[in-house]
Amino acid sequence: MPAVQETVERVKRIDVDQYRYGFETLIDTEKAPKGLSEEIVKFISQKKNEPDWMLQWRLEAYRRWLTMTEPTWARVEYPKIDFQDIYYYAAPKPKKTVTSLDEIDPEILKTYEKLGIPLREVAMLEGVEPKPGEEDPARRKIAVDAVFDSVSVATTFKAELKKAGVIFMPISEAIREHPELVQKYLGSVVPTSDNFYATLNSAVFSDGSFVYVPPGVRCPMELSTYFRINERNTGQFERTLIIADKGSYVSYLEGCTAPQRDENQLHAAVVELVALDDAEIKYSTVQNWYPGNSEGKGGIYNFVTKRGDCRGANSKISWTQVETGSAITWKYPSCILRGDNSSGEFYSIAISNGFQQVDSGTKMIHLGKNTSSRIISKGIAAGKSQNTYRGLVTAHRKATGARNFTACDSLLIGDKCGAHTVPYIEAKNSSATFEHEATTSKISEDVLFYCIQRGLSQEEAVGLVVNGFVKDVLQQLPMEFAVEAQKLISISLEGSVG
Amino acid sequence: MALLEVKDLKVRVEEREILHGLTLTVNEGEVHAIMGPNGSGKSTLSHVIAGKPGYEVTDGQILFKGEDLLEMAPEERAAKGVFLAFQYPVEIPGVATMNFLRTALNAQRKARGESEYSTPDFLKKVREVSKSLNIPQDMLKRGVNVGFSGGEKKRNEVLQMALFEPSLCILDEMDSGLDIDALRIAADGVNALRSPKRAMVVITHYQRLLNYIVPDFVHVMSKGRVVKSGGKELALELEESGYTQFEDAA
Ligand SMILES: Nc1ncnc2c1ncn2[C@@H]1O[C@H](COP(=O)(O)OP(=O)(O)OP(=O)(O)O)[C@@H](O)[C@H]1O
Ligand SMILES: [Mg+2]
Repeated sequence: MPAVQETVERVKRIDVDQYRYGFETLIDTEKAPKGLSEEIVKFISQKKNEPDWMLQWRLEAYRRWLTMTEPTWARVEYPKIDFQDIYYYAAPKPKKTVTSLDEIDPEILKTYEKLGIPLREVAMLEGVEPKPGEEDPARRKIAVDAVFDSVSVATTFKAELKKAGVIFMPISEAIREHPELVQKYLGSVVPTSDNFYATLNSAVFSDGSFVYVPPGVRCPMELSTYFRINERNTGQFERTLIIADKGSYVSYLEGCTAPQRDENQLHAAVVELVALDDAEIKYSTVQNWYPGNSEGKGGIYNFVTKRGDCRGANSKISWTQVETGSAITWKYPSCILRGDNSSGEFYSIAISNGFQQVDSGTKMIHLGKNTSSRIISKGIAAGKSQNTYRGLVTAHRKATGARNFTACDSLLIGDKCGAHTVPYIEAKNSSATFEHEATTSKISEDVLFYCIQRGLSQEEAVGLVVNGFVKDVLQQLPMEFAVEAQKLISISLEGSVG
Repeated sequence: MALLEVKDLKVRVEEREILHGLTLTVNEGEVHAIMGPNGSGKSTLSHVIAGKPGYEVTDGQILFKGEDLLEMAPEERAAKGVFLAFQYPVEIPGVATMNFLRTALNAQRKARGESEYSTPDFLKKVREVSKSLNIPQDMLKRGVNVGFSGGEKKRNEVLQMALFEPSLCILDEMDSGLDIDALRIAADGVNALRSPKRAMVVITHYQRLLNYIVPDFVHVMSKGRVVKSGGKELALELEESGYTQFEDAA
């Protein structure tokens, strides 16, 4: 496959310490004063022109947050975060309502261009060969919502989506334009009281994406959001809400990058998915926040709450994640299998190198009858990193016929890193069948030498072997993302051997 | 100029000397067989030539086409035409054989400053070679050597050899684990690659393989040295009387 070759080329072009997305965009921004208070919450709500119910919702979350403490159970270590030393709102200046791409600050457009994200309404061209029987990717369209620091700067293909009845817009707009939908579903999967970071997010989230797919509609294109943190000392707290109404289908992609900075930056997002009867949501993430430098300085703290609710019968939610960035990742995309015959999937590739710490996994909560879930996790630890899979599979008393299959494989590169597997399994009824498999292996010197004897360099060999290791998960990604992810995997493992 | 010149080579593994001054000269177009008891250092020699890490060369030198081979990175040696068919080929799960072949071939071509193969040219070439080796196309879709039988793994080595067109082929016990038919197919594949520009070093324990791949020279290795060299009749002699007669010489 030419992608491997391409990966290798790219790896060669960059230095070990060079994070490809580490540049900063110099634009005027408007910020709220540093720190957090009721005033700041009101400021954010006001900036967004929110109705009063939204402000009250935020304030309630804020007051609750004040009573909460940070979770400490994850296998991650970091100095205490000073929540008063963060900007909770930053927006690119001239802040007027943008109606077309031409009105967006050209510097921002350039940023997204540099990141390889097509904001111009063009089809995505990645030079990918289409699989037999699949559409030519050059003609495939992807609608993009771009979030820059705290605000959404552009959403593409709006008109075409509207024709299909699909609502895809910044959540700040949805709060104003579709309050009935937002009020009904916001916080219905991740309640404002859920956990420290989710509660903080509920109080201060500034933007994110909103998707509603009406009954029986198959969303005509992939939807995607790119998150970019640009400002210094700024936290990013985006909020995503996706509702797939009865019998609908949507595939959603999320990508993230940030500039290279010495200080740590906080990213605490909340994603809520709701699938009604017979609906399906496929949610894919390629997370590539700045991981910090080779000494472990800087990088993003990625403390994210993602949860899907299979609310209707026969509904399905599938999470696929490729996690390569961030100094610390704390993230457990989960499924509540409420509807009878509903199913949840979690496919994960989590790569840690340097001093990165990953504590990630999933929860599959079986509540309905004959629900099924599947977990495939591939953890790769290199350098001095720590990589933990943490999973919970439970079957409620009434969840007769619940089935789960879990396979967790860890691959170690070098001997200064660690991989850990922490699975919890709880079946409250005897008809549940839960299967769990786990392996941990070291990348074998003999395998590497075999590849090298056939002409590959050490780095090429590692890239090839790792891409083979994660193949089952890569196949779950939409094609454009799979190619991108494959490159990213090799790049993140640079300098991990020899 | 010889294709390969190993001169007075001394090699240590983990503080223990395994090769104690080994000398071997291979010219273009020649086929050399190396025989010798278990543990005499045959695989060690092949690994050192290919550049496997973990071996310390304490004395002597290896010249390949007149250049100092020990100065080259192992992937550079591969690109320059050194090919080792492994005694124990490894499995690489999730990496389709076809993908592996193409990635490796293009890496070598690139290192030599040659253009990459186009997809149709590449596929055509693989199809030709795999057909002659009786390798079904389905096998090429599977992970490298994953679930291959012993015979299939060895045939996959010969397939790569045919594809990469190296100038020096080292075959480490390619006959082990092969049934008679598989042996014939693999040996035919190797024979098809014999050419005046290419040399082969065939490591084996059994005269039988040499009935198929007839060598120009036979060397007997014992305790880290070549203790006797001769023509193909030396292999027959060994088959009759075993290695004990050479133990003293070492
Ligand atoms: N990595 C290693 N660590 C320690 N000893 C080693 C290592 N590799 C080889 N040896 C030793 O070196 C000696 C030569 O081994 P080698 O594999 O080269 O023998 P061989 O001639 O290929 O044997 P066989 O016919 O069984 O394949 C043996 O005594 C072996 O135990
Ligand atoms: Mg051997």
